[in-house]
Order: sequence, then structure tokens, then C-alpha cells
Amino acid sequence: MSAASALAQRHRFRAWELLPWIAGVAVFFAFPNYLAFGTQVLITILFALSLDLVLGYAGIVTLGHAAFFGAGAYTVGMLAMHWGWNEPLSGLLAGALVAGLIGLGSGLVLLRTHGLALLMLTLCTMALLEQAANMGAAWTGGFDGMPGLSFGKILGLFGFDVLYFRSQYLYALTVLLVCFLLVRTLVYSSFGQSLTGIRENLLRMHAVGAPVRARQVLAYTVSAALAGIAGALFTQANGYVNLAVLGLERSAGVMIVLILGGYGRLYGAFVGAIVYMVLEHTLAKAYPTAWQLGLGLTLVAVSLFARNGVIGLLDALRRRFAKPAP
Amino acid sequence: MDLISILLGGMAAGMVLFIVSVGLSVTMGLMGFVNLAHGGFAMLGGYAIVLSMTHWGLPFFAALAFGFVAVAAIAVVLERLLYARLYGASELDQVLFTIGLVFAMIATVTLSVGPETQTVVLPEWLRGQTDLGFIQYRTYSLALIAAGSALMVALWLGFERTRVGARIRAAVDNRRMAQSMGVNVGRLFTLTFALGSGLAAAGGGLGAEILGLDPQYPFRYLAYFLIVVAVGGMGKVAGVFVAAILIGVLDFVLKIYFPKGGTMFIYALTLVLLLWRPQGLFGRRA
Repeated sequence: MSAASALAQRHRFRAWELLPWIAGVAVFFAFPNYLAFGTQVLITILFALSLDLVLGYAGIVTLGHAAFFGAGAYTVGMLAMHWGWNEPLSGLLAGALVAGLIGLGSGLVLLRTHGLALLMLTLCTMALLEQAANMGAAWTGGFDGMPGLSFGKILGLFGFDVLYFRSQYLYALTVLLVCFLLVRTLVYSSFGQSLTGIRENLLRMHAVGAPVRARQVLAYTVSAALAGIAGALFTQANGYVNLAVLGLERSAGVMIVLILGGYGRLYGAFVGAIVYMVLEHTLAKAYPTAWQLGLGLTLVAVSLFARNGVIGLLDALRRRFAKPAP
Repeated sequence: MDLISILLGGMAAGMVLFIVSVGLSVTMGLMGFVNLAHGGFAMLGGYAIVLSMTHWGLPFFAALAFGFVAVAAIAVVLERLLYARLYGASELDQVLFTIGLVFAMIATVTLSVGPETQTVVLPEWLRGQTDLGFIQYRTYSLALIAAGSALMVALWLGFERTRVGARIRAAVDNRRMAQSMGVNVGRLFTLTFALGSGLAAAGGGLGAEILGLDPQYPFRYLAYFLIVVAVGGMGKVAGVFVAAILIGVLDFVLKIYFPKGGTMFIYALTLVLLLWRPQGLFGRRA
């Protein structure tokens, strides 16, 4: 296969790309007792996928991505709490809309900077939202958040089951599939190509006349809307929302998930979220401090030696053992 | 509370911010290294100082010196072994590496000392009130202001009046040019990194009375240290001094008058300032 045809065909679906979704459905039948945990994993995958679009593809380093997750989560929570708007699908859209608007507004001004200033500005934007959520207790519940929210049936058919998370799991899986297809299409479109170009060589993209700023803002907005959907899913599935959705810990956490998996490669979010959350689920409860120490040392090692994460390591192994091309 | 005591209280907090953040500003300016672990060095220093006082019975100043030296030594080892590999690496790698380092530091402290808050026992003569003639104020806060100002003067003299200082300023302004003039930027960086981390350690101990000291310290105050550096301008000692006092006083005032949402105002102000001047108040445009 020539390089040109490989490039022309790289957007096509391969058979193995069905595997994650088969596995997702298989988990539903095989582990009925772990669906609550599975739902959290799916939400994290979606959140990490949204981050991959800005960080992995557009190369924008942000410490404040939880701002959009929190915006989506609080939008759905406040709609349900104050206006009794608890229809799930329109709630997702509302979360995406609010987070996307915040992404658009902040992206338009923030993305004029870079380096430390950009890092600080994303951090400050998130901190601002966090403080606003803390202060506006009448609307947001303040420090305690909004517990005990209830949501209507999905499409009027499937009710949320607080104990077993059966419909939450399938709902999250479906939403993830739709969002994934959107991101996959975007990434392989000419828009995605120019994002990669901006990441790899900013100067050259300016020189060839690409609308760099507009592309970055658009990527930032789409990513914010997707993170908003992830946040909205979080509130709907768990039936509560609190300040933890907006903190530095969530921002850093999702970044760690994405990088452990491998950024800028679509499936990194999946691998990272599953590896990280399964390890956290099994280790963090029993040995929280040792887990933190191990996580810290792993991050140091990953940043020094394995910059492409788990998938990058697998790629390197495959290349080492593959026969050289004839 | 009257105006002067508010100002003094805010300035004392600002001095702590200055002592901790000044090293971060210089190392970031010198290498462009995004060091999110700086607060971790302050925490390690705070623990070294407090524990050496309670367990070994070291006097206050000896403990300060011990914390400074111990953390500076740890910093040199980490810098040579690990940080040096990431100079010129992407911001993302640096962010990830330093976050990992903070996790490891927090876990180490929690495992070896415990998760509870540590309290500093100040020497007798630093407790109580001092009469300034026109006002009575906490002796320790006044001592902090004096110490911070003295440090500011010392650093300013070091930067402006010595050969090493001139080299550092040259390397901050234009690293490649400085290198081609024969300045060993790598060694300069090791030196400033050690000094900056040592000062952070001293700041962690001196500030434990105001900021508290527990394993969550590095993340809780990370945003504050970064804001001080971003507002003051990277590699600018005087800028960091002014920014630290501004933020210390502002935070103090807001905590009195708007106890619930005062910090929001600081974030908003930083946001506006950085949009207006991305290089900070005193930084030079890149």
C-alpha cells in the first residue's frame, strides 16, 4: 500500500474499531453489579475525549477544562432544581449549549495568549466559575451542591434506576458513541488536519494563510460543549452535583487520564480512563496514600520516558517486533 | 479594624507569598519551565522546619537554616536528575512531570508524618504584640514584614550589583545570546533553582503560621503562587515583590469585607490583567 493511499484511507473504519463498543455492551451483561462504576468510566472517557480535541489535536495546554464539565453539570442540576426541567436529552443539549457558549466566550479572549499566561488564564476562568458556584448558594447550593436530583425517563421510556444504573449505563454508552463519531469525523476532516498543523508548526500555518485563531476557537468551543455533555451526564446519572465537578483536581485528573492513555490518538481517552479508573477503584480505596505515591511516580516516569502513554508504548512494542517492511 | 492594621496584616501575608514565589519567578523566567511543584518544595521546607523544632529541639533560626539547606539540596538532586531532562520539552510534559512530583511529595509527607495540620511554635520574643508608637500590632507579622523587605533588598542587590545577578538577568532576557557570550546557563539554573527552592522552604516555615501546613498545601496555594508570578512578571524580583504585596493586601481586605466570595475578585482581576498584559505588570514583552 502506497503512502498516498494509506493517507487517503486512514479515516475509514477498521474492524477492530467495533471492539470497544462490543466490550461496552458485553460489560452490561457480564457485570451487572458494576454498572454504576462503568457509567463513571464512560463519563470520564467522554470528558477525556473532549480534552483530546484541544490538547491532543489543537495543542492547547489548559489547566481549566473542568470549567466546562462543571458548567454542563450545574446547568442540568439548576434546570432540574429550579425549573423542574428534568427531561434528560434536552438537558444534555442545554449543558452542551451553556458550556459551549462559555468556551466560545473565553476562547475568543484567552486564545490570544500562549505559554504561562494561557495556562494561568484557563486556571483563573475555572477558579472564577468555582467561586461563583460556591457563592451563589441560592442557585447552586453553594458548598453542599444539589443533592437528590431526579430526572425524567429517557425518550419517555427508560427511567433512571438509582440502585442499579442499568439505563444510566446504556444511556452514557449511547451518548459516548454519538460524541465519539462526531469527534472522529472532525479529526479526520480538513478542519482536523489544520488543527494538527497548528499544533505541529504554528508559524507555517500562519504562513500558508490558515485561519489559525478561528480554528483554535472553534476547536475550543466544540471541546467545551462535549465536556459540558460529559458534565450533564454526570449530574443526570448520579442525581447530584457539587463543587468537586469544578476543581483543579478534576482538571488535572482528566489530563492525567488522557496522557496515560496517549493523547492525540482518539482511543487514548478510552485506554486511559479504563486503566486509570480500574486501578483507582481497586487501589485507592484500600491504600489511598500509596496510590497517590504510585500515581505521582508513574506521571514522572510517563513524562520522562513514555510521552505517548499506554497506546504509544504498545505502538513502540509492535514496531520493535514487527518484521521490517520489504 | 482600622486601615493601618489591615495594611500590616495584608503585607505580612504578602511577604510570605513573596518569599515563596520569588524563586518560582526566576526559574520560570530563566528556563521557561512550568514548575507546578514549587509549592511542594515550600511544603517540604515547612515540615523540615517544624519537625526539626519539635523533635530535635532546634531553635527557630537554626531550624529555618536547616529547612533551607535540606530543601535546596533535594532541589539540586531533583534538578540534575529529572528537571534537566525536560528543558525545552513541551509545556504539557513539564506540567505533567511537576504534577506527578507534587503527588509523590504529598504522599511521602502523608506516609511519613501523617495527614494532620502541623503547628509552629514561635520563640518567645516573636509572640505577643509590639508597640510601634502609633499602633500595637502582632510582633510576628511585623517581623515577617521586616524579613521580607530585607530579603527584597538583598535579592535586588544580588541581581543588580553582582556578576552572577547580571548573568541571570542576561539569561532571562535572551538565553541563547547569553549562552553564546559564554554564560553557563545550565549551572546558573541549578544555582537559582536551589536558591529559589530553599527560599520557598523558608517561606513554607515562616508562613505556616498564616497559611497553615498540611499535606494539601501545594495544591491549595498553587494558584496563588502562580498568580503572583504571572502578575509580577517572570524573572522580575521587584515585580514579584509588588505583586505579592498587592495580592496579600487585597486578599486580606476581601476576607474581612466579603468573607464568602473575596477570592473570586482576585481571580477576575488576574484574568483582566493578563488579558491586558500577558507578560504581567512588570514583565518585558516577548
